[in-house]
Amino acid sequence: MPGKLKAKIVAGRHLPVMDRASDLTDAFVEVKFGNTTFKTDVYPKSLNPQWNSEWFKFEVDDEDLQDEPLQITVLDHDTYSANDAIGKVYIDIDPLLYSEAASVISGWFPIYDTIHGIRGEINVLVKVELFNDLNRFRQSSCGVKFFCTTSIPKGYRAAIVHGFVEELVVNEDPEYQWIDRIRTPRASNEARQRLIFLMSGELQRKIGLKVLEMGGNAVVGYLQCFDLEGESGLVVRAIGTACTLEKLSSGSGTHTHPNTAPASNACNSPSKDGKEPVFGEDLPSSSGPSTPFRALPTSSSSPPPFSPSKPCSRQSSSSDTDLSLTPKTGMGSGSMGKDAGPLKTLLRQQTQTALEQREFPFFTLTSFPSGFLLHVGGVVSARSVKLLDRIHNPGESSSRTHNPNVASTRRRIGVYSLCHVRGLSSSVLEEVCILSASGTAAILNPRYMREGCLDLGGSDQRFEDPSPSSCGFCHIPYDELNMPFPAQLTYCFHCRRQKVPDVLFTTIDLPSDAAIAGKGCFIQARLCRLKKKGQGEANATAISNQLPFMEYELHTQLMNKLKLRSMNALFGLRIQISVGENMLLGLASATGVYLTALPAPGGIQIAGKTPGDLNTEQHILNIQKRINDTIAKNKEFYEVNPPDLTEEVVGSPIPEPRLRSRLFRSHSESSDELSELDLSHGKKDAFVLEVDDTDAVEDIHSLLTDASPPKGFYSCNTETMPGIYNWTSALQMFTSVRVLRLSNANLSNQALNKVFTDLCENLLKSFYFKLRSMIPCCLSHLVFSVAVPEEDLIQVAVTAVAMTFDKDQTQEKPAEKPITKGCSEAEDQLQFSLELCTDSSSINSQSSSKNSVSSLEHSSPLTEGRSRSLRSSRSFGGSSVSVVKMTPLSFLPGTRIVKYVGIINMFFIRETTSLREEGGVSGFLHSFVAEVFAMVRAHVAALGGNAVVSYSMKDCVLMENPNKNQCQCLINVSGDAVIYIRETDQEVTGSTANIGLSCTSSADGAT
Amino acid sequence: MAVELDVFVGNTIIMSEEVYQLWLDGYTVNDAVKVRMEGGVLDEFDAKVDVVLSDTMDQYRTFQMCERLLHSPTKLANQLLFQIPPHRQATLIERYYAFDDVFVREVLGKKLSKGTKKDLDDISAKTGVMLKSCRRQFDNFKRVFKVVEELKGPLVENIRQHFLLSDKLARDYAAIVFFANNRFETGKRKLQYLTFQDLAFCAGQLINNWTVGAVDNMVEDMDVDLDKDFLQELKELKVLITDKDLLDQHKRYKHLCLDGKLSTLFGKQRLLMRWRLISRGLVNIATKLTNTKDVRDFFIDLVEKFIEPCRSDHWTAADMKLYLTHYTNSAHILDTFKYQVVWDRYMGVIKSCIFKMYHD
Repeated sequence: MPGKLKAKIVAGRHLPVMDRASDLTDAFVEVKFGNTTFKTDVYPKSLNPQWNSEWFKFEVDDEDLQDEPLQITVLDHDTYSANDAIGKVYIDIDPLLYSEAASVISGWFPIYDTIHGIRGEINVLVKVELFNDLNRFRQSSCGVKFFCTTSIPKGYRAAIVHGFVEELVVNEDPEYQWIDRIRTPRASNEARQRLIFLMSGELQRKIGLKVLEMGGNAVVGYLQCFDLEGESGLVVRAIGTACTLEKLSSGSGTHTHPNTAPASNACNSPSKDGKEPVFGEDLPSSSGPSTPFRALPTSSSSPPPFSPSKPCSRQSSSSDTDLSLTPKTGMGSGSMGKDAGPLKTLLRQQTQTALEQREFPFFTLTSFPSGFLLHVGGVVSARSVKLLDRIHNPGESSSRTHNPNVASTRRRIGVYSLCHVRGLSSSVLEEVCILSASGTAAILNPRYMREGCLDLGGSDQRFEDPSPSSCGFCHIPYDELNMPFPAQLTYCFHCRRQKVPDVLFTTIDLPSDAAIAGKGCFIQARLCRLKKKGQGEANATAISNQLPFMEYELHTQLMNKLKLRSMNALFGLRIQISVGENMLLGLASATGVYLTALPAPGGIQIAGKTPGDLNTEQHILNIQKRINDTIAKNKEFYEVNPPDLTEEVVGSPIPEPRLRSRLFRSHSESSDELSELDLSHGKKDAFVLEVDDTDAVEDIHSLLTDASPPKGFYSCNTETMPGIYNWTSALQMFTSVRVLRLSNANLSNQALNKVFTDLCENLLKSFYFKLRSMIPCCLSHLVFSVAVPEEDLIQVAVTAVAMTFDKDQTQEKPAEKPITKGCSEAEDQLQFSLELCTDSSSINSQSSSKNSVSSLEHSSPLTEGRSRSLRSSRSFGGSSVSVVKMTPLSFLPGTRIVKYVGIINMFFIRETTSLREEGGVSGFLHSFVAEVFAMVRAHVAALGGNAVVSYSMKDCVLMENPNKNQCQCLINVSGDAVIYIRETDQEVTGSTANIGLSCTSSADGAT
Repeated sequence: MAVELDVFVGNTIIMSEEVYQLWLDGYTVNDAVKVRMEGGVLDEFDAKVDVVLSDTMDQYRTFQMCERLLHSPTKLANQLLFQIPPHRQATLIERYYAFDDVFVREVLGKKLSKGTKKDLDDISAKTGVMLKSCRRQFDNFKRVFKVVEELKGPLVENIRQHFLLSDKLARDYAAIVFFANNRFETGKRKLQYLTFQDLAFCAGQLINNWTVGAVDNMVEDMDVDLDKDFLQELKELKVLITDKDLLDQHKRYKHLCLDGKLSTLFGKQRLLMRWRLISRGLVNIATKLTNTKDVRDFFIDLVEKFIEPCRSDHWTAADMKLYLTHYTNSAHILDTFKYQVVWDRYMGVIKSCIFKMYHD
């Protein structure tokens, strides 16, 4: 069934001068969709043409609507010669296909040319009239919403979380087709841009189909990646978590059926009725469970019923040569043995059935509704090295599934589910490519896992939950006697009932209700290893042999750095391994936190191999002293003071930190004691560093050279900084790219390591310097990505956001925390969440229902709730329309997201043949990145949005040839366009009273 | 280990006013880094040279990309490439169009042509303003001149609207445009003591009173060209020195008024002599203004015919004011003098110009 796409070209401005003689331009516009093209009249002799065209109408299939971008080309009319292209605008019309997203795209778009960059702007109006297709066999999936955000989007509630979806599309890269030899660089770039737009549209459509098949209506945590595999083609992959989302009705105290509100909005246009299937009930292919919300009472906030419904089928028939797989690393406190042979694992991977998928669901989320996550096991990761083949049949999705063997690894840990899978194809070099997947193994609440959905009785069951939410997730999910990896277990320092490991590594965000001490800190392990140049299979083998060692070393570094900051848990762990011609780069970033439920970390002890030598002894003592000093300093800086509560339980408060930690340790298992005494024993404890060779000295040196951020700065790579809760609204998103040329080709491993470490450290230092005007501030979501674009070149690209916070209140208790974090569990509340979800969520996370009496550990948020409702009565403040904020986080501090208007997924190529004139590579890339920002902002503004959340730059591929004065760069960005309003602008509705009420009741419960 | 590429781009423009000023002043990146390091503000941050260098480079690149937009400031507000908060936009523009008084003093009244541009290195050497900065300032003058040249309406208002400048800066630019258009001679040694602000004030007076725009405010070039009719009328003032009767009368009235008020110790005789000289001088200036060449020499003439004689007699500024006021007013009492309006329009400007130009 078709849809009707309508476009109108209004005007242009700031056009470039195309006619040197008159210093003017005779511009006209071509509008193309699919194979249909329309043209406007020529607007002669103007740099600010007013076309004001008629509505161009395209009657197309909805399949095409999803796949194709609207292509607008601005040209300069020439009577005698061929018309010159000024530039193009691609508009993804996907946001217009959801019922509740944008209804019209209207605004100024930068006219972009791959050679000249932005050349003026054009004002365009686009509308879609969609007659939706209810045919079971349709190929389109209009109406499925996509979110990059890795948590349940604000203002929505997850009725059902269906599970993991993935898809990939392969095509030949136009850059490598024969025709590329005869066409201009511009034509080639444009062909490529268009193709990728098409492919990502197709990919979204296909994923959408899968979601519909599973009975969902949205994809959360949508992550799309490109692999430019040269001759082998171009791969676009995507993963996500299929959900059934319900929009939370705003304003009213009663929970309206989600289906009624939007439907009434849409009723005036019959064409929109077709979009209904978006909502749970009317799904044509709805999966088993009846829709859960029917039974919901009006005023309670029950935990959302989740059901792992239909598994998605993963067809994986490998046609490529899998040379080696390295199933690896359960990161508890040691690295996991590599027991199963790679071949076996591969087989297991291939035979993974739908059943397995159901038993071990994947999710691509990083923060979960409270109560969803019961226990967290640890990090699992899998990497595989592959040799690429030429694609023989681009139509068939080849075998590159990106979770090669995570499932099997996870089974060995014996954990139920893997939350937050990150599929990264980190590195493609000529024909070798490393595929990686990592995630956090976890046990989900079995009640949420039940087939069918939860009824409301569930909230009562929560009482029986043995572990309070502040520490429950730390408890070990596995059997004590049958641990998947060596770890030292102690009783939980919070509830004293369950065992916890001594350290916890995860890839997820810190759960909002976790009890922590002090602030978090950004921890990074860097590693550089030389590799012999090789070809084909030999090369791939060499790489895969190195991988386990690299991961081990990265892990050790992380562990040591964590100890040095006297913290005991890592969140948001992200390990990237890149392969270059002659080296391998490993970069692991995470945010360290002190979880009060876990035992305090011991210090780092230095042990020498040769005790007799006085010199060495002295040296070791010196190092030990320095390390101890650093630990003490770090403790002060991050305000890591285990809370008094724990101390009382232990009995005797001892002020000296080192002693105290020992005390903790002696209270714990005896095996713990042993390891501390038995230093020379073969069992290597991470606490002990042996100084026996130069390697170790280097390690220690690098440990100590890590500079802590200057005063007033904090940094982390998770969504929010643990320990900081009072953000102010100023924020600055930035992208930084640095490329280092190694001048000396014959570097040792150590020297290389140092260079790489310095590169990362210097980058951080220069961020601190550049953003010093924002102090006190925190760099959040620091995402590093490394690449080896050429031999002897190391490229590091960073995207992060700097956010200011109020210094005076940093000491306040977590009562205020949910202001920033709480929104992520918005689905937990039914009716309040839109008004004051931030407040209420803290309560809900503790006591699931307002009727329940649960023990609150934190101070009552009552006063907080009151003062905030006072504040919210302030009058509406005007906000400038033109400003578009961007952030890699899922929220904007001090604001409330009221609407998601669509996903932004854009791909740009820029090329220059006059590199020197554009200010060298730096100048070239600087303007390109600025242009990409500008185009993202323009698209968001045209959709009616005023911010982009969950923004990320997934690819930045730079190829330069300074000798030829040429350079080419590809950038892929994505994010969610949203409309936000400032929190102070909230209208006071009756529901504020409601909040006050629920606050009181739960506060009462606490006393 | 050479850093091959190093960029840092923010969603909102990242700039420090200090670096912007260094860039405007024409410092190279390396010099700017030196200045910043010596500035000491960075000490507290313990910044290393490479960090400061990288920061400076990023900002310089940003400014270079902005420069194209700054050439037509109205574009800056609705361009999409950079997200610049409004107050930052204002700062960027205001600073970009700001100029050094020493520099502008050198080019004031010169033709804004390629020829003058070639002399910029001499001016740069003479004034100590860096060549790059000189070029920017010169190009700004030229750009403003070109834009407002063909516009109708009041000059200051046009400049303010097209370049989004503050009132003060717009007035200064109006003065510069006015000087450049009429090519007033300001470079002579005798005029060297005058600052740009002195001359800008005079230009303001001329624009407000002597141009076409002073009578009719919808003509092209209204504030740039002097009112031809008025200049023609000025010729009639000749009677004041040619007509013996008028001259004597005028003299007498003034003496009556001035008696005993001047603080100078000169006797009546001396004053009489001066009177003749000064009066002749001022009227001669008026009558010659139809001639373009003489318009150019307007300021020189004022200095030579009036200011210098007075100064050689050690008049105080107050004396001079008193004298000029009475000189102007006494003409009103002459019954046979018919050109009172022209006389006032002329003397009003002359008076305020001389007040400004007469430094004690």
